[in-house]
Amino acid sequence: MISVVNVSAGYEGKKVLNDLSLSLSKGKMTGIIGPNGSGKTTLMKVLNGTHPLDKGEVLIKGKRLQNYTAKELAKVMAVLPQHAGSSFDFTVQEVVELGRYPFYKGLLKVASAHDEQVVKEAIELTGVQDFVHKSINQLSGGEQQRVMLAKALAQEPEILLLDEPTNHLDLSYQIKLMDLLKKWVYTRKLTVVAILHDLNIASLYCDEVILLDDGIVKANGHPRAIMNKELLQEVYYTPLTRRDHPEAPSPIIAPVPEMKTQEKSIQKLELTATKELMVFSSPFPLKTLSSALIGGGFQWASTFVNRHVDKNYYIDDAHNEYRNYLKEKQFNPHDTIGMMTAARLGDASVVSIQKEDFALLIAVTVGTGNAVDAAQSWIRKEEATVGTINIWIFIEGVLTDEAFVQAMMTATEAKTSALSTYNVLDPLSKTVATGTSTDSICIGSTQSGTHMRYAGTITPVGKAIGKGVFEAIGQAIENYRKRMM
Amino acid sequence: MQKLSIQMFSKSEIYVSYGILFILIAASLVLGISIGSVSIPLFHVVQILGAEIFNYPLRAPINASTVSIIMQIRLPRVLLAMLVGFALSLAGAAFQGLLKNPLADPYTLGVSSGSSLGAVIVLFFGVQLPGLGHFTLPVVSIAAGFFTLVGVISFARLVQRNLSVETIILAGILCSSFLGSLISLLIALSGEELRQIIGWLLGSVSMRGWSYVSLITPFLAAGLLMLLGSARELNAMSFSQSDAKNIGVDVKKHTTIVLIGASFVTGSAVAVSGTIGFVGLVIPHIGRMLWGVDHRHLLPLSMLLGGVFLVLVDLLARTIIAPTELPIGVLTAIIGSPVFAIIFIQHRRRRMTA
Repeated sequence: MISVVNVSAGYEGKKVLNDLSLSLSKGKMTGIIGPNGSGKTTLMKVLNGTHPLDKGEVLIKGKRLQNYTAKELAKVMAVLPQHAGSSFDFTVQEVVELGRYPFYKGLLKVASAHDEQVVKEAIELTGVQDFVHKSINQLSGGEQQRVMLAKALAQEPEILLLDEPTNHLDLSYQIKLMDLLKKWVYTRKLTVVAILHDLNIASLYCDEVILLDDGIVKANGHPRAIMNKELLQEVYYTPLTRRDHPEAPSPIIAPVPEMKTQEKSIQKLELTATKELMVFSSPFPLKTLSSALIGGGFQWASTFVNRHVDKNYYIDDAHNEYRNYLKEKQFNPHDTIGMMTAARLGDASVVSIQKEDFALLIAVTVGTGNAVDAAQSWIRKEEATVGTINIWIFIEGVLTDEAFVQAMMTATEAKTSALSTYNVLDPLSKTVATGTSTDSICIGSTQSGTHMRYAGTITPVGKAIGKGVFEAIGQAIENYRKRMM
Repeated sequence: MQKLSIQMFSKSEIYVSYGILFILIAASLVLGISIGSVSIPLFHVVQILGAEIFNYPLRAPINASTVSIIMQIRLPRVLLAMLVGFALSLAGAAFQGLLKNPLADPYTLGVSSGSSLGAVIVLFFGVQLPGLGHFTLPVVSIAAGFFTLVGVISFARLVQRNLSVETIILAGILCSSFLGSLISLLIALSGEELRQIIGWLLGSVSMRGWSYVSLITPFLAAGLLMLLGSARELNAMSFSQSDAKNIGVDVKKHTTIVLIGASFVTGSAVAVSGTIGFVGLVIPHIGRMLWGVDHRHLLPLSMLLGGVFLVLVDLLARTIIAPTELPIGVLTAIIGSPVFAIIFIQHRRRRMTA
């Protein structure tokens, strides 16, 4: 659709685009990203023919750009400008009608019925019909943008160029605009080329991303390939982190701010316990991976609540009930990891391990009433009852995501081993239990100090977790059994 | 409060507006002919015009001197006022559209001064270009206006690339005072006919006769055609030049056409009437409030309105302290300057809130 062949262009004495080549395919949304001064805007101007080339050529549908007359080009390609204001109060209708300019024929340039139809459609598609008779200057930035988009659509273009279309727009307009563009790309085979500042918008919406750096194409391809931490860090000179979008199959890039190096020791964790609540609070947030009812998955939290409930506790929407409970107790549910247990909190066992270059704090509450052998659980029919082995592991160190998962595996294996050692049986299958019906675990890390790439069973931290969890569970079982005797 | 800058008339009512303006023009012309040092009844005016133009026989006994007052003095005067009003309003509307500048008009841009200088040179030094005959005056005036305009715009662009409203007006004022001082220099050097030159500079349509009407008409017609032919493009260029280019407008071509067309009408108006300021500013502004900003209608409607306006102002100028006649340019400036101030304030306020 568009080919840029060995193009060099620039301003007096300064080369901005340097022997740049790329090709843009039909019916796709292509995003152009890159740092300031990388040549994005110049490339855009080269594409719409408003900036002269020093070398090379631009082909639109196989024909050289210079060979198009202004009107011919306007029928193929529309441009959404960054600014929509005018010194004069044109009505929205008049602005959109301007988009039909290249189609008017004859000396009088009269609009045909088809022209009017296209204008009407463009107005409806962009949802600006409510203010067609208003002045463009009376509209908000987002509304103006939609009017300019309607004007561009009235050109019935095959290619739509956008220069930072989401600039000056609030989040909801950004998303609406991009959703609309994406829809047109699919339904009308429109080719969209957009300069985007927001890497995440580019990642979420583009079929293809072109990364410019210093006037050359640094990389181009699918966002999953381009939204690459190392590549982007190299171009933007900024520490970045990449994570996949929780809902969409697109990477999300976030900058990593320079953080104050504050001493983050798990010694600073404070434990307060009552009959009903066992709470660890930290003066700084910990990065956690947990299976807890509140704050499950990866999250940052600074309060860790183990709540005792009656063994007959049964509520349909336990999650909501727990959130309200936390609020009542003045805890922020967004900053809290919350578990429940029917086990007596008095039986809890806490183990602290201090190694040369890292430290651990492990707390468990155990009740073996609903012990289950995972391999035999299929013979059960009944609903789950409240779980009774809750494991909290706080680590002073920097864990990778994989280390978090490995720490979880290591702890679970240690738990199973402890149950076997203390001969806890599944009351139904009479085999050795591997856990109880709704056990929970939370790994919390200060993300400061020693880097831990892995936390498997034979890594230093894995060894400490295994030993600590085994001992803590053993201690808790003994406490429980002692009390029952 | 309803916002005034939004047009008051809808599309269909715009065509009615044309009709009303034509009636107003006819009425103001008849009124302008009727009132004067010798008062002529309206009925006689209509009759005489009918007789002279359509060859209806004169029924009432009207003496020949009345006929001659009308045909030789009053009619060419009001017609000239109308044509100058046409020209200045048209030029103002075109300049404002092209420069995206609601404060632009031939006077504020310095084009009038340029044309004046050209006209002064021709008029008071009796210059005549070979082959042009008495058309030397408008041609030189137009050319001088055009070069002034190009000079002002190039200078403003040199100062600030994006041509803000204030920069253009400042450049225009700078140019005006420079050219004005050149004119003063010429006057000082020439020594004689001082009052006449100054009177001419203040702008007047009196005692010009038919020859001046015939001087302005062809240039006004040509300029009008050029501007109307680029009306749609003016609409497109009101946003930005690159935006206009993106919707297929040949920006260079139409900018040139509009500049030449507007110079034609300004230069020819200045050549016949001197510098009459602010008409080109006030009338298009009122035009936009009444009919919106679509240049396809704004240009012709402003033109007609300007014609009515100037005929009436001329009438006022010669009757308000009769028998002394005020220069028409003084009156338009008295009316126009406050309006300029108001538009300027509005423009700044809007930009602040935007």
